[in-house]
Amino acid sequence: MKHREIAIIGGGPAGLAAALRAANLGARVLLIDRSDYLGGQLIKQTHRFFGSKEQRASERGIDIARELAAGVTANEKIQVMTEATALGYYEDGVLLVEHHNKITAVKPDRLIIATGGAEKNLMFPNNDLPGIYGAGAVQTLVNVFGVKPGKKVLMVGAGNIGVIVSYQLLQAGVEVAAIIEAAPRIGAYWVHAAKVVRAGVPIYTRHTIKRAYGEQEVSGATIVQLDENLQPVPGTEKDIDADVICLSVGLTPLTELLWQAGCQMIFVPELGGNVPLRNEFLETSVPGIYVAGDVAGIEEASAAMMEGALAGLNAAASLGYTSESLASDRKNVLAQLAGLRSGPVGEKIRKGLAQAML
Amino acid sequence: MRIEQHPILDFKNGNKVKFTFQGRELEGYEGETIASALHAAGIRTMRESAHLHRPRGLFCNIGNCSSCLMVVNGESNVRVCVERLREGMVVETQKGKGELK
Ligand SMILES: Cc1cc2nc3c(=O)[nH]c(=O)nc-3n(C[C@H](O)[C@H](O)[C@H](O)COP(=O)(O)OP(=O)(O)OC[C@H]3O[C@@H](n4cnc5c(N)ncnc54)[C@H](O)[C@@H]3O)c2cc1C
Repeated sequence: MKHREIAIIGGGPAGLAAALRAANLGARVLLIDRSDYLGGQLIKQTHRFFGSKEQRASERGIDIARELAAGVTANEKIQVMTEATALGYYEDGVLLVEHHNKITAVKPDRLIIATGGAEKNLMFPNNDLPGIYGAGAVQTLVNVFGVKPGKKVLMVGAGNIGVIVSYQLLQAGVEVAAIIEAAPRIGAYWVHAAKVVRAGVPIYTRHTIKRAYGEQEVSGATIVQLDENLQPVPGTEKDIDADVICLSVGLTPLTELLWQAGCQMIFVPELGGNVPLRNEFLETSVPGIYVAGDVAGIEEASAAMMEGALAGLNAAASLGYTSESLASDRKNVLAQLAGLRSGPVGEKIRKGLAQAML
Repeated sequence: MRIEQHPILDFKNGNKVKFTFQGRELEGYEGETIASALHAAGIRTMRESAHLHRPRGLFCNIGNCSSCLMVVNGESNVRVCVERLREGMVVETQKGKGELK
């Protein structure tokens, strides 16, 4: 059995930021990710980010991931284990990890869970046909591997992800037949939406997908208009030819380990589904288990990094590590998080978080 | 299909390798995933569902959802969205749950 001061599960922006902050305070960290790379969802994000300079706006996600990962790999206090899946956390504080077909037991003094989220599916007939993907899945195929998912795409969902991935599909030379959105207004930032509209992609608000069709693979879909109560308006059905349907209808936290570890959970739609209750230190109801990033509530990479920083500082501080700037560092991170969540854009998150506090 | 030209990305492909899908010889790049190489060859159906025998393909592409399980080198339930392609791999459609060896 390996003993470690802090184990972190998930090497996305949240886990990487947590590892760096905890190690900088002096703690010895084990960082575990099931992928064979570090960076989580960031490695496919080729667009420039929003936010202020401190939140790394106007940098591309892939560059942020590269920089954080390099910092982590170079830090001698951090041991990185990739291709390692955390399987379970037990009452005696033992974490089991599968690594190259072998099970390793680790006993960490503190555990930070930063497993991120997964894309949601949508209910409609034939939603399981090959050619129907999560939008992030297509983003990986196109931006990481340089491979097209097909010729013509119907994008379902006009939030930031749907619109950004549509634009990235156009950049890759794939046609986008239409973007549909159930809400009366698009959720994406205008800068990105304007780009796809300029390229001639129609955005149909108040529309949903009624069914997909196709034999072995998807070849099209019927879309339909929705009324004020989100009910389909008969007679407004339209067929769209598409060999790819991308679902961009939100993410949900990947919380299996938290449930299994016995953390108190609560269903908060504003945060994407079931999330762990946590205190202001990001510690869950199980002492010593911290959370950060999308697993604690679906937000954005900028917030994930800040939460990671906070969880890293707090976990290390709880082990007795400290520095002259600890209090001000903590205050600084909290202020940035508050900034990210301020204004009308942050309203949903604020409402969600208010329900998830211990 | 592979992207020929991209305004901001430059894809650094690994060495070309050969593999087979249902006995058919295909080419892909070392370092990409099996799912990526199959998509590049226009193949999007990866398995057949256990009960209704429906075709299934890639969905999440991050190793989470189990939609893309295939038989690789005789081993069932391989998530081809995260498994890297290697020279000589034998890739087959998985029917149903697959067998544990
Ligand atoms: C298509 C798309 C576009 C986006 N665009 C933006 C944007 O423009 N700006 C922005 O700020 N945000 C954006 N986001 C959101 C952002 O990517 C996420 O909020 C952020 O990546 C969350 O970070 P995280 O560290 O919490 O999780 P992730 O990045 O999801 O990382 C989680 C990591 O945990 C690992 N993991 C999970 N389970 C286990 C396990 N059991 N064992 C070991 N490892 C495990 C995973 O392999 C993964 O590497 C976008 C997201 C998507 C999907």
